[in-house]
This record gives sequence, C-alpha cells and structure tokens, in this order.
Amino acid sequence: MSSVAPTITTKSDNKFEIAGRTFTSRLIIGTGKYRSYEEMKLAHKASGAEMVTVAVNRVPLNRNSESFLDHLDPSLIILPNTAGCDTAEAAIRTARLAREALNTDLIKLEVIGDATTLFPDNEQTLEAARVLVKEGFMVLPYFTDDLIMAKKLLDAGCAAVMPLAAPIGSGLGVQNPANLRIMREQLPYATIIVDAGVGTASDAAIAMELGADAVLMNTAIAEAQDSEKMATAMRLAIEAGRLAYIAGRMPKRLYASASSPIAGAIK
Amino acid sequence: MKGFSGKLRIVINGDIREVSENITLAELIKSLHLTPERVAVELNRRVIRRSEWAETTFGEDDRIEIVHFVGGGSSPFSSV
Repeated sequence: MSSVAPTITTKSDNKFEIAGRTFTSRLIIGTGKYRSYEEMKLAHKASGAEMVTVAVNRVPLNRNSESFLDHLDPSLIILPNTAGCDTAEAAIRTARLAREALNTDLIKLEVIGDATTLFPDNEQTLEAARVLVKEGFMVLPYFTDDLIMAKKLLDAGCAAVMPLAAPIGSGLGVQNPANLRIMREQLPYATIIVDAGVGTASDAAIAMELGADAVLMNTAIAEAQDSEKMATAMRLAIEAGRLAYIAGRMPKRLYASASSPIAGAIK
Repeated sequence: MKGFSGKLRIVINGDIREVSENITLAELIKSLHLTPERVAVELNRRVIRRSEWAETTFGEDDRIEIVHFVGGGSSPFSSV
C-alpha cells in the first residue's frame, strides 16, 4: 500500500469566458477546407460551437466574389484570424483591417514561422500581441506549447493562450500532453485553448482531460468523410473530456487493484 | 503628382491600376462591385475607416489593400 494518501481536489466547473463573454460550448471551429458551404453549415450546427474563426484575405479584383460571411449563421460569434501572416507587422495590419470590417475587438493572432511545419514564430507573435493589446484588441495567440511563452503572452495582456497540440492540419492528435498539463497546472487561472493538431474525437477529449478550457479545430471536422457526424462526435468528446477533467481521474497504478472483495471468495 | 491625362496610377492588392485622378475611395469600391460592409481598406498601410471613404482620394503610386473574409481555421493556406 502506498503511504501517500490520494489528494482530493474538487475542481469547480468554471464558466468558459473570453473577453467577458460566457460560452456554453467549449468548441471553437474553423471555416476552411469544407467541400461546400452547405456541408460547413451542417457541421457548424452539429458542433454546437458558438464561435467560428475566419481568415482575412485580399479581395479578388478580376471576378465577382460573393461574401463568405453571408454563409455563416448570424448567431455565430466571428473570430477573425491573422492566418497567412509571417511577420508581426503583417499580423498587426491584418488585425486592424479585421476590426474595421467586422467591428470586433477579438483577434486570433497567428504569425507563422515556417511553411513546412506551420509552427508559430513565437517572438513575432509576442511582439504583435503587445502592440494589439495596447490598441484594445482581445488577443488570442496561437503559439507553441511553451510555458514561459504562455506567461509572457499573458503578461502582455492576451485574453487567452492557444498552444498547439500538433502541427496545423496534421491530425496527429495531442503530441504534448506533458507540456499542456504543466501549462494548466502552472497557470490555473489562465484561459487555455488548444489550437491545432486534433484529428478525431478522442484527441479532443484528451485535450480537455488535460485541463484545456476549450479546443479550436478546423481540419478534423472539415476533412472527415462525414463532417456533420464528426462535428457531433467532437461536441460530445469536448463535453466528455471536460466532465472527466472536472471529475478527476483515478490514479494510475502499475499493478491490478481488485474491484471485488477477495476475502470471502469460495475456495 | 497628377498627370495631364487626368489619370492616376495606383496599386490595388498588388495590381497596378489606372484610375481617374479625382476618384474617391467610396467610388473605387463601388466600381469594383464590392459590398462596402464586407470589406476593409488600407491606404499606404493605414486603415481607412468606412466613414472616411467618401472624402478619401489618391496620389500617384498609392498602395491600396482591400480585404474581405474567407474560410479558414488554424491553417493559413486553407482558403475555400
């Protein structure tokens, strides 16, 4: 028998809030890669997500472009992102344009450092975050799973931190459970949103069991053979993972521990 | 500098365009068949608020960026 008594910690299921807004759903989803607008709309509905992220791009001048925003359920909160930016300056300009067009202070800050891995450039991200926070933005930065970087981003005034679980669009699942758990334990009051890397429902559940406040995903739903069903699976996985985290899992043991009384069994 | 031709050369989203020298930003957006509420505009790296479009005119070689929103999530290259 271990002499160490199990510590009893009851976690309260605090609300998921960003910038003073309370969300019922802990799933945030993307709007890219869907095979059709119809499929996207069905998946959005099935996911139960209340917030979706959209990218900012140059309008094509040589052809009529229908407005993508008109294909989104008007009740969804739109989180513009700075996807495609590879410098702090480009990300800052993109954020300002997004705010002007959408009249929102929310921005998912992405500064990509490398085209092969799409890993974030943490240094440029921090630089952009500092400027945007001063300008009144609610900054949600995508970054690598580094605790010190998370602290710096929060010190800069970011509304949440969004560590990756694996490369964007890879579907590899949570590759960094220890780092995400350390981040949760060391930053108990921070809003942590796992962004990128989830491939299927169990990955989303794992991210939530590690203590993430929410998960942001796009490809796992958009590239599923049936996006609508996968969106439902993700909704349930996020709920299950969150409940398991709040419930507090049993300790792991190397050896068996009988569930039924052994004494009293017939011989 | 305004030329004798009454035309100006400006750069829109990286494309060189000739426009009449007195055109306003509001008129330019209209001529491009864009929905004003769905786009945002930067002139020489500064955002021009929609309320200023009607008074904004251009100079030779001004650089204009006009953006809108497209599908995208965690991937920068995932435009629909």
